[in-house]
Amino acid sequence: MFEIFGIPSQALFGQLLIGLINGSFYALLSLGLAVIFGMLNIINFTHGAQYMMGAFVAYLLLQHIGANYWWALILAPIAVGLTGIVMERLFLQHLYKLDHLYGLLLTFGIALIIEGVFRNYYGSSGQPYQVPALLQGGRNLGFMFLPNYRAWVIVFSLVVCISTWFVIERTRLGSYLRAATENPALVRAFGINVPRMITLTYGFGVGLAALAGVMAAPIYNVSPLMGSDLIVVVFAVVVIGGMGSIMGAIVTGFALGVIEGLTKVFFPEASNTVIFVIMAIVLLIRPSGLFGRAA
Amino acid sequence: MRRLFAIAAVGLAALVALFAAGTAHAQYTDGVIRIGVLNDMSGLYADLGGQGSVFAARQAVEDFGAAQKGMKVEVVGADHQNKPDVGSSIARSWIDRDKVDVIVDIPNSGVALAVNEVVREKNKVFLASGPASSDLTGAKCSPNTVHWTYDTWALANGTGKAIVRSGGTTWFFLTADYAFGHALERDTSAVVEANGGKVVGKVRHPLNTNDFSSFLLQAQSSKAKIIGLANAGGDTINSIKQAAEFGIVKGGQNLAGLLVFITDVNSLGLQTAQGLIMTEAWYWDMTDDNRAFARKFSAALGGHYPTMVQAGVYASVLHYLKAVEALKSDADGKAVVDKMKELPTDDPLFGKGTIRADGRKIHDMYLFEVKKPEESKHPWDYYQLRATIPAAEAFRPLKDGGCPLVGG
Repeated sequence: MFEIFGIPSQALFGQLLIGLINGSFYALLSLGLAVIFGMLNIINFTHGAQYMMGAFVAYLLLQHIGANYWWALILAPIAVGLTGIVMERLFLQHLYKLDHLYGLLLTFGIALIIEGVFRNYYGSSGQPYQVPALLQGGRNLGFMFLPNYRAWVIVFSLVVCISTWFVIERTRLGSYLRAATENPALVRAFGINVPRMITLTYGFGVGLAALAGVMAAPIYNVSPLMGSDLIVVVFAVVVIGGMGSIMGAIVTGFALGVIEGLTKVFFPEASNTVIFVIMAIVLLIRPSGLFGRAA
Repeated sequence: MRRLFAIAAVGLAALVALFAAGTAHAQYTDGVIRIGVLNDMSGLYADLGGQGSVFAARQAVEDFGAAQKGMKVEVVGADHQNKPDVGSSIARSWIDRDKVDVIVDIPNSGVALAVNEVVREKNKVFLASGPASSDLTGAKCSPNTVHWTYDTWALANGTGKAIVRSGGTTWFFLTADYAFGHALERDTSAVVEANGGKVVGKVRHPLNTNDFSSFLLQAQSSKAKIIGLANAGGDTINSIKQAAEFGIVKGGQNLAGLLVFITDVNSLGLQTAQGLIMTEAWYWDMTDDNRAFARKFSAALGGHYPTMVQAGVYASVLHYLKAVEALKSDADGKAVVDKMKELPTDDPLFGKGTIRADGRKIHDMYLFEVKKPEESKHPWDYYQLRATIPAAEAFRPLKDGGCPLVGG
């Protein structure tokens, strides 16, 4: 066994893998944000709250109608996505023509309200949610013990990320979407219902947040604060990747998970600031982000 | 005519009230005793203190019978957001502008140590129920502070000693990277080493960390028998939950939750928390008085049960009011605390006790084990008493603290 900077290589492989797993949450969340920003030009600060709602819907489904994790994986994104659609119709659609700041303030305010309501009913220390029976336990990889659930998280989120990228960048539907953001009037002239498409896109982005929430429920506590803890980091990921860039969000999400994981080994005290240091450096060198196009 | 009579009656009543107020309240600064409950109202420590502590303080005022005794007492609350700068600026504006006489609770040792200095400078009173750092009655002790409920030394002494003696001789610490975590790690290391154990490593994580898997992996590869969790609230919950996921306990290592509150156990669920050993100062299901308090508390706070911190807020406010009543004044904070130290403590929740010269409140501590799911008979029935640590042994000996207030 060899050593890297005084850390046994086996331990380091373990940390890399864990970094990738955490990165998959960053990727899923920043993907939703990137889709929403790219298509709607809205900086969706409610994203963290919607992620939290996803986890809570999973918890409530289990508590009240006994629907297990797998049902939650399907139902929670739909339910939370629907609330997103209502929110878009009621509020957001009036903001597209205004400055980004209005959307940011509105979504931030809504996030605070949602979190406040959940905190009022469920307290701040959270609710238990067990790992589904099928994915309990784990396997010894030689260099680390990998819980089955974490393996599932990484595989599933990769699949979701890549299919989302594929739909938006490589299919006809995706090309309509991209065209609609570039020039809505022209796309409408071809007989496509642009407002409805935008609404559904927001619903989809919100659904992605809720999906990440369901996946997080068995690992982290289902707590009203889980979203606000994460959202700031995820925004940093999106800024580093380049606002609105789908591939940028995915790659940066995974990469920053790994970097954060390594920081936890070499300088654990700095593990929650390292991402912001990177963000500052990227903004200095490439203000439009690593994958963003210069405005 | 009738209306005229009514007006006259109301006017007379107001005059009487004013007169009564004038005589009865003359001895208190601006006529009112203001209690400020300062804690985390929205973050990871909100359930163990938060609005529950505000309720506990109000309940203490009511049970003391302040209104009947003609004392006008007000309770206000504020959120320090776990930031020492926010906490100390609230404390300053409370004291300077809002005429607050006593600040209570303050979970989060970082904030508590900052406010400790503000209160000393302004000569008011600080009743510390929430914070853990034993420095509050050690190097940083203050003549204006009473540390009521527990401290890092007591936790280390209770849990640390019990675990080392039952064979947990090698330790790895997972420590929250701020004043509280450092103090708890230091005090526990001392207990472990004094009892023949050894500390083989540690890792310090930022407050409010979501994912502990990386740290747990480091703990796992240390091969230590015990992983000591020198953190609290949401951090402890996530560490325990993820340790179960990573098969830490199945792999032969054990967790020691050095500061676990009943709200944490509730949130983990007994399935995950069972078997955990912890030290606490108070548990609701021990005496009839405790149960009665818990019932009232639960009715007011949507079914939540009180933590030892909230019980400590109740008991410390009650004792403070007794001292102020005896002194007939709340003006001089140091004099009030001296009176609190002079009077023996006696309240429904903590029973009889004393406050030492260094500001440390002395009472029994308890070693609990979390019940198995099938042993729990009703909601919040979570703990099994393993041992009672008598008051005389539960806290750091007076001479070892290094508190300048202790003469000789």
